[in-house]
Amino acid sequence: MKQTETDVAIIGGGPAGLAAAVEADKAGCKVMIIERDDGLGGILQQCIHPGFGLHEFKEELAGPEYAQRYIDMLEKAKIEVMLGTMVLDITPKKEIFAINEQGVVKVQAKAIVLAMGCRERTRGAIKIPGYRPTGVYTAGTAQRFVNIEGFMPGTRYVILGSGDIGMIMARRLTWEGAKVEAVVEIMPYPSGLVRNKVQCLDDYGIPLYLSHTVVRVHGKDRVTGITIARVDENWKMVPGTEMFFNCDTLLLSVGLIPENEVSKKAGIKLAKTNGPEVNQFLQTNVDGIFASGNVLQVHDLVDNVAMEAKRAGIMAAMYATGVRLPSINATDAVPLVAGNGIGYVLPNKINTNVDQALASMIGPVKVSLRVKKPVDEMYVKIKNGTNEIYKKYSKHLRPSEMAILELAKDALKGIDKTQPIEVYLEPKPAKDVTTEAKHE
Amino acid sequence: MLYDFAIIGAGVTGTAIARELSKYKVSAIVIEKLSDIACETSKANSGIIHAGYDAPENSLKAKMNVRSNPLYDEVCKELYIPFKRLGSFVVALAGQGTAYIEELYQNGIERGIPVEIIKDLAQIKKMEPNISNEVEAVLHAPTAGVISPFMLAIALAENANINGVDFVFNAPVQAIENMGRFFIIDTHGKSFQAKAIINAAGLYADDISKMAGDESFTITPRKGEYVLLDKLSDFVRKVLFPVPTKKSKGILVSPTVDGNVFLGPNARDQDSKIDNSTTLNGLDEVIDGGRKLIPGIPLVDSITNFAGLRAVSSINDFIIGESKVTPKLFQAAGIQSPGLSSCLGIAEEIIDAIKASGIELKLKDHFNPTREKPIVFAELPWSERDALVQWNKQFGHIICRCETVTEGEIVQAIRRPVGARTVDGVKFRTRVGMGRCQGGFCTPRVIKILARELGVEEEEIVKREPSTKYFFGETKEFRHPRTARGHNGEVLQP
Amino acid sequence: MNDAVKKQKDVICIICPNSCAITVKQMADGGKLIIEGQGCNRGETYATDEFLAPKRTLATTVRIRGAFIPLLPVRSSVPVPKEKLNDILDLLARIEVQAPFKCGAVVVQNVLGLGADIIATRTLPVDSCAKVACELKQ
Repeated sequence: MKQTETDVAIIGGGPAGLAAAVEADKAGCKVMIIERDDGLGGILQQCIHPGFGLHEFKEELAGPEYAQRYIDMLEKAKIEVMLGTMVLDITPKKEIFAINEQGVVKVQAKAIVLAMGCRERTRGAIKIPGYRPTGVYTAGTAQRFVNIEGFMPGTRYVILGSGDIGMIMARRLTWEGAKVEAVVEIMPYPSGLVRNKVQCLDDYGIPLYLSHTVVRVHGKDRVTGITIARVDENWKMVPGTEMFFNCDTLLLSVGLIPENEVSKKAGIKLAKTNGPEVNQFLQTNVDGIFASGNVLQVHDLVDNVAMEAKRAGIMAAMYATGVRLPSINATDAVPLVAGNGIGYVLPNKINTNVDQALASMIGPVKVSLRVKKPVDEMYVKIKNGTNEIYKKYSKHLRPSEMAILELAKDALKGIDKTQPIEVYLEPKPAKDVTTEAKHE
Repeated sequence: MLYDFAIIGAGVTGTAIARELSKYKVSAIVIEKLSDIACETSKANSGIIHAGYDAPENSLKAKMNVRSNPLYDEVCKELYIPFKRLGSFVVALAGQGTAYIEELYQNGIERGIPVEIIKDLAQIKKMEPNISNEVEAVLHAPTAGVISPFMLAIALAENANINGVDFVFNAPVQAIENMGRFFIIDTHGKSFQAKAIINAAGLYADDISKMAGDESFTITPRKGEYVLLDKLSDFVRKVLFPVPTKKSKGILVSPTVDGNVFLGPNARDQDSKIDNSTTLNGLDEVIDGGRKLIPGIPLVDSITNFAGLRAVSSINDFIIGESKVTPKLFQAAGIQSPGLSSCLGIAEEIIDAIKASGIELKLKDHFNPTREKPIVFAELPWSERDALVQWNKQFGHIICRCETVTEGEIVQAIRRPVGARTVDGVKFRTRVGMGRCQGGFCTPRVIKILARELGVEEEEIVKREPSTKYFFGETKEFRHPRTARGHNGEVLQP
Repeated sequence: MNDAVKKQKDVICIICPNSCAITVKQMADGGKLIIEGQGCNRGETYATDEFLAPKRTLATTVRIRGAFIPLLPVRSSVPVPKEKLNDILDLLARIEVQAPFKCGAVVVQNVLGLGADIIATRTLPVDSCAKVACELKQ
């Protein structure tokens, strides 16, 4: 068994892991990335479409290009990278057990950043009845086949789910000469970015059926067709609205789930989102273990992943050099809860008795959230008990676009620790004509 | 070659009989319609080894179940088959009365099966914490167990094979000619000759029997749908049965031997022997039934659903023994529940029937009762894992992260006797693809490994049957089919 | 005065999350463009481009030999005319490049004379196993 140690161990070499590594290294720590694939970049390597790095590099890069920027940064730094290495166990003492071609590797880290990303929701999880033929894939698996392995999994497709991955694949497959018959979405609105709907579906005349879902997969050995039907507001199928499509492949783009099986082994507590519970320092309930990227919360923009991961990298470096960051288990940690109209919020708890020096060093507390459904002309408000501590107007809020708020320096002064901090939406009153900042 | 025996069907029945026969100095071949072991009923069932109190008095079902149940410990040890005696509850809910479980209790006592009735809710809850509070009484049978049905069939097949039984796949029987001294069995593309036929053809046992001249029974397919949940560590501890219906033991909630939990099956007769699709109504029925026993069952942890078809005989019992119409045709038909539990006993019974028919069976001097222990990386301690990788670095590549299965195990599954040739073949031998992501991560990698090991192109790899290919060509071929190449590898213009 | 509209296009702007619904009308008389519904200048420019000469950034793959994977991801260096996408894709399906290839390197210069290069978006070094496999295949 190979035994080694490091200051900051980063689990996952995708966009979150890479950004965290770069920051932890900048802070002077010994850094190690443990990545299960044979190269760095994670899921970015199969995301060959542009749309990455607009904020960070002021360019619209393809996924692999964005990854290459960080890989180049890594080469300049002295960051140790273990490729082809799968982490199987983490203990609360921050011992990491992994396996690769050389055998079992045990890494003792002073701090850990979890950056394992997420997995795709499957057919079984959404209970689609019918046969189990070949030809049913999650959109990401199909993307891997088409862009990396070099094979077409089908000639004629129906895509369930109007998430970004599904829409991007609709265009990708069309560009490779296949036919996409329809994209089917159970909600009454598309779940991905409008820009993708326009450039991936509208551009190619691919119909989008909202408030519909797949009710049967046909074909015992190979998909021969898909039946969809309309659903009512309770997501129950409306009889008589069935539509049949001839096709040989069904792609599923029905959601991403943070992949935290290994985190559970370290005793890390998970939230309902399946991401680890963290405080504003991105520290989990196990001191010295931090989380960032899709493993913490599913992101839409890689630029936000990088911002979050850099923060985690800085925190992990601080912890590794002996700075004791506030624990999520401490008594000054107040729960942050999702109120009216809000799907989820992060962090799960906010420490309120933070040392002044530490607070200035780290900067304002960032709150990320997603709304439950698309809304317009709303105030996003945060209150503690009856005390309003934040308010911001937003013209458009969509579940497909994560909103990130910054709390002012003194927002947390005088917080009543016996009351949770609640984030909620409030409609702008019609006659309120005072200035409102356009949502940027 | 003239075989002594041709066994038609490679499910648990056929493979159990094959193993039993392989103890004797005879030649035998298993002829299987589909591409692998345990392709139909044997892989889509509840995986339960019943205690044996359930089947009707004086039935073959009862006799075979009771005979077989104790045999599993040794066979599973010899052949390294996962098996756990978790025990079962038959649950009488408030208002259902306890008459039924008392009847089962009497059966148990008469048949020498350890059983007890528990009426104390606190005690029941201690044994099964998440069970419904509406429980009035349970029948507890500690000898009931859970097993992996496909691993059982695969292990029996491997052992039969290394002891000399041949196997042929993708060989649906189309006609049987009775030549008196032997039979000619025509399959698609190849014919086989055997002095005797053992009919273990599951759903098609009546068709096979008819081809061989015996039309004395029919088989009706009865669909049972299942919902499979993730590994829920101890959420459900025992096999839970409801008070049953006329058609089936009812909708159960049970752990599997691997730690998953399932709900099901329902029971709907149908004409088709092929339709194993799940239905919205059926899945709802299964979920409702499951919730009656375990109200808090976390459906958010569902990972898949599937359906199996039971082979129900027209006499509602097993049909075991020599055909009364066609000599040397031995029937092992109508093997519905408790078929899996009974297959070891059924095999012994068939051997008895063969001997009784006048065929001489001499025991081999050297029968190998075990097989090479399959390596299960997920169950090894760290020190052994390290040694394993040092010996063969393929064990250092994790291919299925949900079930922690390595490339080394996949290669083993392909290279073993009666090894995997398809992605499902790998799945059922190693558990690759059975976890939370349902093959999303591992499938591309498994395809690559299979192609390499079998020496074929990736495009040739199938999921299970020959018509289940994954690929329709390379990524550029829809716009531009690959043309001839020049000497320097340059693509020649069309 | 002729008020007739020669051609009209409805565009959903993708520049910012407001997703303004913009209408572009070209008048029959003189071909003047009337633009309605935009929330800012960027939106006006985007809608005008979409009407007159819609462009898209193309991202796809080309075959590569000698690397550890069979495809090299590429994209157009600048957006290309939408109606030329199919022609470019057909062309790219016909070519094959040789490893190594560096991220940013030009695969096709000035593709179809449209003023855009097709550049690699991933660095793929030579893979020794792939090289041997290729040689054996020939």
